[in-house]
Amino acid sequence: MTRIKNLAAAPTFYAALAGMILFFSSWYFLTETLTLPRFKNIPDPLSVVTEWSAIHPKYGVSLFTKPYYVDILYSIIRTYAAFAGAVVFGVSLGIVMGWSRILHNYTFPLVEIFRPMPPLSWIPLAVLVLPGIELPVVFVTFIAAFFATVLNTLLGVQSINRDYFLAAKCLGAKPRDILFHVVIPGSLPFIFTGLQIAMGIAWMSIVAGEIIAGQRGLGYYIYEAAALFQYEQVIMYMFTLGFLGYVSSVAIRYVGNLLMAWEEAKRKAR
Amino acid sequence: MSQTSVSAAPPIHPAAVAVKTRGALYQLTERKALPGAISIIGFLIAWQLSITWELPYLSNIPYPKDVWDSLYESVLKSSYWNDWKMSLIRVFVGFTVGQVVGIPLGLAMGASKTIKALCFPVFEMLRPIPPIAWIPLSILFWPTEELSIYFLTFIGAFFVIVLNVMQGVSSIDLSVKRAAISLGASRKDIFFKIMIPGSLPSIVTGMTVGIGVTWNVLIAAEMIAGHGGLGRGTWEAYTNGNLPLILVGMVSIGFAGYITSSLVRVIGEKAMPWRRKF
Amino acid sequence: MNKAANGKIEIVNAGKIYDPAGIHVVAVENCSFNLEAGQFVSVVGPSGCGKSTLLNTIAGFDTITSGEILMDGELLASPEIQTPPGPDRVVVFQGGALFPWKTVSENIIYGPVIQKNMERPEAEKMAISLLNRVGLTKVETKYPSELSSGVQRRVEILRALINQPKIMMLDEPFRALDAVAKSVMHNFLLELFDENPRTMFFITHDLDEAIYLSDLVVVMTTRPAKVKKIIKIDLPRPRRLDVIKTEIYRSVKADLLSIVHEEALKAFKAGEREMA
Repeated sequence: MTRIKNLAAAPTFYAALAGMILFFSSWYFLTETLTLPRFKNIPDPLSVVTEWSAIHPKYGVSLFTKPYYVDILYSIIRTYAAFAGAVVFGVSLGIVMGWSRILHNYTFPLVEIFRPMPPLSWIPLAVLVLPGIELPVVFVTFIAAFFATVLNTLLGVQSINRDYFLAAKCLGAKPRDILFHVVIPGSLPFIFTGLQIAMGIAWMSIVAGEIIAGQRGLGYYIYEAAALFQYEQVIMYMFTLGFLGYVSSVAIRYVGNLLMAWEEAKRKAR
Repeated sequence: MSQTSVSAAPPIHPAAVAVKTRGALYQLTERKALPGAISIIGFLIAWQLSITWELPYLSNIPYPKDVWDSLYESVLKSSYWNDWKMSLIRVFVGFTVGQVVGIPLGLAMGASKTIKALCFPVFEMLRPIPPIAWIPLSILFWPTEELSIYFLTFIGAFFVIVLNVMQGVSSIDLSVKRAAISLGASRKDIFFKIMIPGSLPSIVTGMTVGIGVTWNVLIAAEMIAGHGGLGRGTWEAYTNGNLPLILVGMVSIGFAGYITSSLVRVIGEKAMPWRRKF
Repeated sequence: MNKAANGKIEIVNAGKIYDPAGIHVVAVENCSFNLEAGQFVSVVGPSGCGKSTLLNTIAGFDTITSGEILMDGELLASPEIQTPPGPDRVVVFQGGALFPWKTVSENIIYGPVIQKNMERPEAEKMAISLLNRVGLTKVETKYPSELSSGVQRRVEILRALINQPKIMMLDEPFRALDAVAKSVMHNFLLELFDENPRTMFFITHDLDEAIYLSDLVVVMTTRPAKVKKIIKIDLPRPRRLDVIKTEIYRSVKADLLSIVHEEALKAFKAGEREMA
């Protein structure tokens, strides 16, 4: 009995494959074969893939057409710009708040009041106050990623064992040294966890922002395509968004591993 | 001549300093409520001044007093509280269904390698898709608008809780499981008496994070495709160009989000009395 | 080897009162003893008494509320004066405080480099030769997490020593090590001490360790901590393992054991009273 179990558990690759096959086949089954009333409007996986990889797609957008990549570029630039801002301001504020008790006591209440406000609720205000179309969308995304980053950075600084500060002082470190040699390296693990979360939040916000207030971009196009009942495109863009989000997270993790060589060593040593 | 010596110079002896009797500023900041009150008042003053001084862009924002008047008016209208009710119900339904479906799935995926291998790839493929991107599909599929919104809030909460629970189960100390086995526990015992209580902290984390995500998704969904609810109310204020009302909406949404988050947090703390408060 | 006027600590009627949330806690009361320059002093006593408080004050992490502490005749700490931490009084911490994000070599050279006493390449060479001398080869590029706790402690001690501190303070540094690793540490520490005697303030619970390592053992009472007894250890240096068979060792150990036992019972009863 255990032998069979071993066979089943060990090649998890096969289980994974089975899972994927199960998912796609049930998708196909429910939308094409069974044609249940609600499901039949949703395109089946085959038609999505066909459209996606068509050289001359029915509705004008596929892997081989320029507009697809233009939309992608718009979304990427907006997301990454907002993310960069959140990193710069969020990490800085988080470090300052974690390190200086006085500053923390003065800024934390304000942060805690603004943090629960869903970033997307800022959209109407941002659109009315900020000029242009790009700025409000990027700003709202920035706000969302910013709060996540501040919180995680703050937790990161607070998580540092107090002995490291004392040891550094004994060895002659001045506040500037402590910042660069204790505070920043010590909070990096938390910071990078926060950045991954912030990236996910950024992608979420950019889509909403584009739908509500944008022109061009993946979110905007999803809504357009839906209005025109071009649901293959909708699903195509959904997966594109998912893919971009995933790749972004992986990139952050990669950078994190580069900067935190000691964590890698700790994992290997275990 | 010893090789543990470094330089001929003796080590630096820092000059003695007066003992810091914590200054007045510090004393003030340690009284919990005071710094908060000061910074909030400071913020309000900055708000008022940036409009009176006609700072660029910011001068379009309404005065604090206008927002206050608008808030006062809204609180007296029943439609305002109806919006509250609708949004809260939507969050509640989507969130609860997300937990009911997600927690068992997360436990199963954490406990069984086979189940995890089966489900995880599909899960990870769908998870990065922003919940808001599901809106058109959701509207297409579900017969009523309410159901499509419930589905969206469900998506928001679902992925978060499954991920957290899965990680929580796998982080349960192996020695705890082994201790249970050596005391004669069966696989079923281990699942119900070790894994479920052991994953409580991660369930609570998943719920706390999830409620925030759910709110975010709900507001966007209401703005884009809803009727009624706080998000819709704010959106309508926007289309009518009623700036103070927009801010009222934002504040209400923030407050509602705060209430629900606190509720989840309190439930979490009650469920885990043994957890050390940091 | 200049022992004179270098690292002599005089603790005169030192007292510390904590006041967290208005509860008056007397941690240390009227403590007086001296650490002569170049002397190895162990401080033993029940848990929770003021041993760490004294260490923290000398190191500059904390203040005293009464009395004085002098270093080489100059005022180091008093209710009005505090000397910030510095490389003349380095601490080796209980849980280990090697910077996890720096390699062994980077940890060791941190003090001299940051104080601008040495250039980096020179300091790195010094660190490697130090490590080799004490038998730790090929660890300089490793991160602390890749090393055993015994090696980590030794690196931390080297990190402190390379700064030539006048007094080195160790807060139960070998607490978490097993008996074999501990005796390796003892010989390691004593070898370095014999070569370059400097004042040592060593906190421990292990009575054998205290006797084996020190010139002087100070026994503290339970809270409020006072000095209960000061025992001089008249054993020759360098210490050899067979020193534990000598009559002096045995009588000191018996003496210490009964005093500490007495204090521990008091602490235990006080704890019971607190709980009741």
